[in-house]
Amino acid sequence: MTTTTLSSHADLPSRGPLLTRGGWGSILIALLVVCAVAPVLNLLVPEGSPLHLSDYMVGLLGKIMCYAICALAMDLIWGYTGILSLGHGLFFALGGYVMGMYLMRQIGTDGNYKSELPDFMVFLDWKELPWHWALSDSFIATLALIVLVPGLVAFVFGYFAFRSRIKGVYFSIITQALTFAAMLLFFRNETGFGGNNGFTDFKRILGVPITTQGMRMTLFIITGVTLLGFFLWARWLVRSKFGRVLQAIRDAESRVMFCGYDPLPYKLTIWTISAVMCGVAGALYVPQVGIINPREMSPASSIEIAVWTAVGGRASLLGPIVGAFLVNGAKSWLTVTFPEFWLYCLGALFIAVTLFMPEGIVGLVRKMRRAGK
Amino acid sequence: MMLRVLRGTVLAMAAVWGPAALALTAQDALQLVEGTIGERVEALARLAAEPDDQAAALIRALADESVRYQDGRVFIVEGDRARDAVSGETLALPEGAEEPMINNRLRGALQTALAGLDLLADDVATQRRAAATLQASAFDDPDPAQLPLIDGALAPGHADRLDVHARESLLLAQAALQLGSDEVPVRQAAAQKLGDARQPIVRALLQQRLDVEEDAAVKASLKASLSAVDRSLATSAALGQVFTGVSLGSILLLAALGLAITYGLMGVINMAHGELIMIGAYATYVVQSLFRQYLPGAFDWYLLAALPAAFLSSALVGALMERSVIRFLYGRPLETLLATWGISLVLMQAVRSLFGAQNVAVENPAWMSGGVTVLGNLTLPWNRIVIIAFAMLVLAGVALLISRTRLGLFVRGVTQNRPIAACMGVNTARVDTFAFAAGSGIAGLGGCALSQVGNVGPDLGQSYIVDSFMVVVLGGVGQLAGTVYAALGLGVINKFLEGWTGAVLAKIAVLVFIIVFIQKRPQGIFALKGRTA
Repeated sequence: MTTTTLSSHADLPSRGPLLTRGGWGSILIALLVVCAVAPVLNLLVPEGSPLHLSDYMVGLLGKIMCYAICALAMDLIWGYTGILSLGHGLFFALGGYVMGMYLMRQIGTDGNYKSELPDFMVFLDWKELPWHWALSDSFIATLALIVLVPGLVAFVFGYFAFRSRIKGVYFSIITQALTFAAMLLFFRNETGFGGNNGFTDFKRILGVPITTQGMRMTLFIITGVTLLGFFLWARWLVRSKFGRVLQAIRDAESRVMFCGYDPLPYKLTIWTISAVMCGVAGALYVPQVGIINPREMSPASSIEIAVWTAVGGRASLLGPIVGAFLVNGAKSWLTVTFPEFWLYCLGALFIAVTLFMPEGIVGLVRKMRRAGK
Repeated sequence: MMLRVLRGTVLAMAAVWGPAALALTAQDALQLVEGTIGERVEALARLAAEPDDQAAALIRALADESVRYQDGRVFIVEGDRARDAVSGETLALPEGAEEPMINNRLRGALQTALAGLDLLADDVATQRRAAATLQASAFDDPDPAQLPLIDGALAPGHADRLDVHARESLLLAQAALQLGSDEVPVRQAAAQKLGDARQPIVRALLQQRLDVEEDAAVKASLKASLSAVDRSLATSAALGQVFTGVSLGSILLLAALGLAITYGLMGVINMAHGELIMIGAYATYVVQSLFRQYLPGAFDWYLLAALPAAFLSSALVGALMERSVIRFLYGRPLETLLATWGISLVLMQAVRSLFGAQNVAVENPAWMSGGVTVLGNLTLPWNRIVIIAFAMLVLAGVALLISRTRLGLFVRGVTQNRPIAACMGVNTARVDTFAFAAGSGIAGLGGCALSQVGNVGPDLGQSYIVDSFMVVVLGGVGQLAGTVYAALGLGVINKFLEGWTGAVLAKIAVLVFIIVFIQKRPQGIFALKGRTA
């Protein structure tokens, strides 16, 4: 990208501490809310009480926190490095599928067909697990694969794309083609990912039933802590020297090269990190939502991640998280009350954000503060 | 014309031929309705081979299940009266007349017999259809009982009345039946003749005979015919694939031509391009519905009205998009991408609200249904042929628009050097709008064409957007020639891979191929050289 209007000076990393005292305070409060307040409101406050946090809300918030991780990942690659990926849904789904495979194996013989194999394999008349399911019995291996699979795919793809200096819109379109191709592939029954229906009907995780309140709350807390952890990590990344180079690449890639830097390793690293974050988000998403299917890889889901980031504000780390919460909150409200209008609103949001608030909500807030001073 | 007059004369003379040969006897008629199925089929075959008018009427009536019999007399029911099949006397249907039993075997034989009767028909289409029926039944299930009928039709006196294609079908049917003959020379001739057939089923027929054949010479002919059939099958299969490939390519071309202007020349990433195609298709649907309601007589020509309607509606939407959104985002491709994606969502939902979420039915006009048959078993549908021709026309139109018209000159000038063009007095803003509207309108034309071969629904555009971007990216930006080669190439490659690996894997393979290709040549197949790039 050449002249983005995003490089506000407020972002330039100073050599100060990672967060101000107030910042750390907010993080602590957020941590407290996730780990203590939410569980208490959900589990201890009786159901009739106005303070009670319903199971539906716990599920919804958990889901949105997963989306927020995606938006954060998108911000690292788009907001800070200037590379718009329209294929992040692929990494999200890959992480989700790795988790889904483990959960499918955890069903054991409780499926409809009472077989050792997942139901859809019995349905296809397969006699044994395909090779890529070999590690799906082990939780440790699953945890490793959640990081490795999206990471490896992103690394290989990124290496070839960045090496031949594919930039800007070309890169966006190719990532879109990538996730589209993967979606077609996962729709196939022969590839062994459950085809159209994907994976669902999960029963337990690590032997513990997955639908209990306690399990849901645990997943919720893990997701929240992960989101906060990723936020701090991203904060550290963008304030480091590495992060400064990334922003320099975003603003003037040629100049960075003339200064003697090779952009390839920088882009490749942040691209892979971003993909891994999405993969982790996907892995946390699947047990909470209870289903994963190839539609998560559709170009539309990937481009939605971009809009959360844009709404919240690119090149600020808080923005994408806010954006993910706002857009998805509006979505789950509108799709219930006015299902007809959701797409109009989403479409209008895309247009309005790009035309009127290129720096998103965070940009608006900043502008208002500046005007107030 | 001459020929038809001639044929008419011949027919008039030949009308005497039937009854002169032998008249239907009471015994013949009885054999057809009484006795075992085997005997009746035999009688039917005998009658059908040398039919007179009475026998023909009886066979048709039997097929219609309007035959009754009693006390050795056979009647044909006509309304509430009955006619004696032999004497032709009309009388009230006698009480308690029995209806002859018809089972599947007899029904099959009746069908063959009816086809034999149709062979005597005057018009070519009926003859061909009848011959095709006979050929199909001879290939499917060769029954020597049919042989006399076909032999009769091919006999020197009658054969010259047959249409050439019908005659060829009959010869093949005859050969298929003669393959089981006891005489070696007949078998050999049949085996040789079947080499001309171009149908997969003949392969099985020949193979079956080869397995039991003992005569060396016949064996050799069978083998030669087998390989001839294989060769012709392979050729027509390959040709068929090239045709569907070109057809797919022309559809991609139509989808991508508009993009070649908006993206290729103007550099605007328009993710709503697919929706402009969809609007064109829906405009076609609306025009079709209007014609059906107000001008049913001219329904066959509704496409002529639909073309400008599709062009204008898409162009209008395009112009609105350009004026209201895209113009503020020039030079910011990523933002354009997101905003136009938003527009595409709104357009899709708008169509859903207006026309419902289900697909709507767009009918082909009569002259576009059916197809031409080439090489025996390869049929090229008319609608595909028309679309290929249409794509070429639109391509020529776009090429002329860009290279020959004032607007084209302005567009090229503005895209090459905007400030200088402005200094020369070109209203660059208006040129942008016109160019974008033209590109959108061409997308609408593509939609009009697509409505003739595929489903029309709110998601129509989504399935073409990735493909059409791939075409433009592969072909190189700012290049019409590149777009053409890329579209046709992708279409043909896609169809060939499809034959190999199945549709979805073919699509994936093509996407992977493009990703790899872009690695090597990021500028596309044809890159502009020098300062214009």
